[in-house]
Amino acid sequence: MKELTFETLLAVFEEIFGAGLFWTMVALAVVVTLAYLFVLIRDRHIAWRKFLLAQVSMPFGAVAAVWFVLTMTHSQLADLGGPVDVILMLGIAGAGAVGAAILVYTAQSLVQARRPE
Amino acid sequence: MSHNVNRRQLLALAAGGAALASAGTPRRAEAKTRTSARIVIIGAGAAGTALANRLVRRLDGARITLVDPRVEHLYQPGLSLVAAGLKPADYVVSKTTDWLPDGVELVAERAEAIDAEVKSVTTESGRSLDYDFLVLAPGLVLDHDAIDGFSLDLVGKNGIGALYAGPSHAAATWQAASRFVEEGGVGIFTRPETEMKCAGAPLKHTFLIEDITRKAGNRGKADLHYAAPQGSLFGVPIVAEKVRMLFGDRGVTTHMKHTLKSIDPGAKRAVFEDAEGSRQEMGYDYLHVIPPQRAPEVIRQSGLAWADKWTDQGWVECDKASLQHLRYDTIWALGDVAGVPKGKTAASVKWQVPVVEDGLVAAIEERTPTETYNGYTSCPMITRVGRAMLIEFDYDNNLVPSFPGVIAPLEELWISWLMKEVALKATYNAMLRGQA
Repeated sequence: MKELTFETLLAVFEEIFGAGLFWTMVALAVVVTLAYLFVLIRDRHIAWRKFLLAQVSMPFGAVAAVWFVLTMTHSQLADLGGPVDVILMLGIAGAGAVGAAILVYTAQSLVQARRPE
Repeated sequence: MSHNVNRRQLLALAAGGAALASAGTPRRAEAKTRTSARIVIIGAGAAGTALANRLVRRLDGARITLVDPRVEHLYQPGLSLVAAGLKPADYVVSKTTDWLPDGVELVAERAEAIDAEVKSVTTESGRSLDYDFLVLAPGLVLDHDAIDGFSLDLVGKNGIGALYAGPSHAAATWQAASRFVEEGGVGIFTRPETEMKCAGAPLKHTFLIEDITRKAGNRGKADLHYAAPQGSLFGVPIVAEKVRMLFGDRGVTTHMKHTLKSIDPGAKRAVFEDAEGSRQEMGYDYLHVIPPQRAPEVIRQSGLAWADKWTDQGWVECDKASLQHLRYDTIWALGDVAGVPKGKTAASVKWQVPVVEDGLVAAIEERTPTETYNGYTSCPMITRVGRAMLIEFDYDNNLVPSFPGVIAPLEELWISWLMKEVALKATYNAMLRGQA
């Protein structure tokens, strides 16, 4: 590849998932991130009980992310052929884990805020 | 009320983020060159389209005309995936007009004749297009008739595949290949004696069918053979050695210096000519045919081809660094038709287009061009479903990896497969639009 620009990267992801699915996922990620920031700013502290449950969700997020990528690309775990593949796969799992944790934490905070304490 | 303030802060943050994101994609603002030059591009495939998109951004007032009768634009690097059942036929198909910029004219006809002395191109309807600058990018033609007994309507039946012939034939190839995957037998994978598009594709097809047969649990019933007229498996020696080892590992028998001459589809027999010129007959249950490839007739009749090289094929006589014609300095060759030692791939086109763009704009501006082409070609060599080797090389057979130390060129990697399967088409599309 000659030059890898931000535009090219966007085009690549649109191609992988289809433009509709890709931008829906981006919008979801943005909404969840904003909601997460919102509850952090609103509560002004981390609720460790909620964080604990969020941590429990991390392995599920990691597995889901890896499964999703493998399915979308006709691949299986046995195809990992070198260090860079393992690093990439760990990155995908890590992203899935962190994403799941943020999602679960935010969902708990939003749901519980509505209940009288 | 503190919640409201927080929401407002949040919105400010979101707006800031959006501004950052849009600032991350600056458009290069280049001063356009004013000209009234008439530029004719023969061919609106990958090369012609990418060049047209770049020229309209560089030139103001130029009359750019593309000559090409093809309604469909084909993403040819995807044909290997279609022929292995990994993508549907429409994965490779779009419309020629989808990619062309405003302000260029498409003459949807075949170019019939080129007169380089009077600087004119004549189309099949007799229309005459005078030019100041001419770019030859018509691609190449597949000479199916060169193989006795073969015709395109055989593809998909009687165990015959031919993935180069286009999307529907690539899909039909998978029909024939998938029967071989299930039933086994003798599979023969061939390559032509001429220069060809993507010399990796015959190998990829072999690797893919071998892998799919293995994963189907039928590898024991299948006997795979690779037959090629050349003396080695790949033009770049270090890659040829690696492929030799992989074929050994996968149990593919090689027959070098074997040229496919004819087939008997009824009896399922293929006739090869070996190095001594003697006939070798082989029976098959699956045969993949890649025919000899030549420049289109209009190029071969134009007097613009090499007189002493590739005389049976007719590639355009041009400088291998500038791609400018050696006898006519207002003509360039681009893509498959260029008479250069390497580079009949989309990746080469991506490197060649900026060179021809620079040469053409420099000629208009009456300055010396600065860009040169070093023969760069890229071949994501699929070695099984899920793995590939990202092989990149130049005229001198040097490996020129894009990601040295990260993506090893001669290693079978998942990340290289991802590049071929998901990232390549997006990069290709960006190239067509002149953006990459």
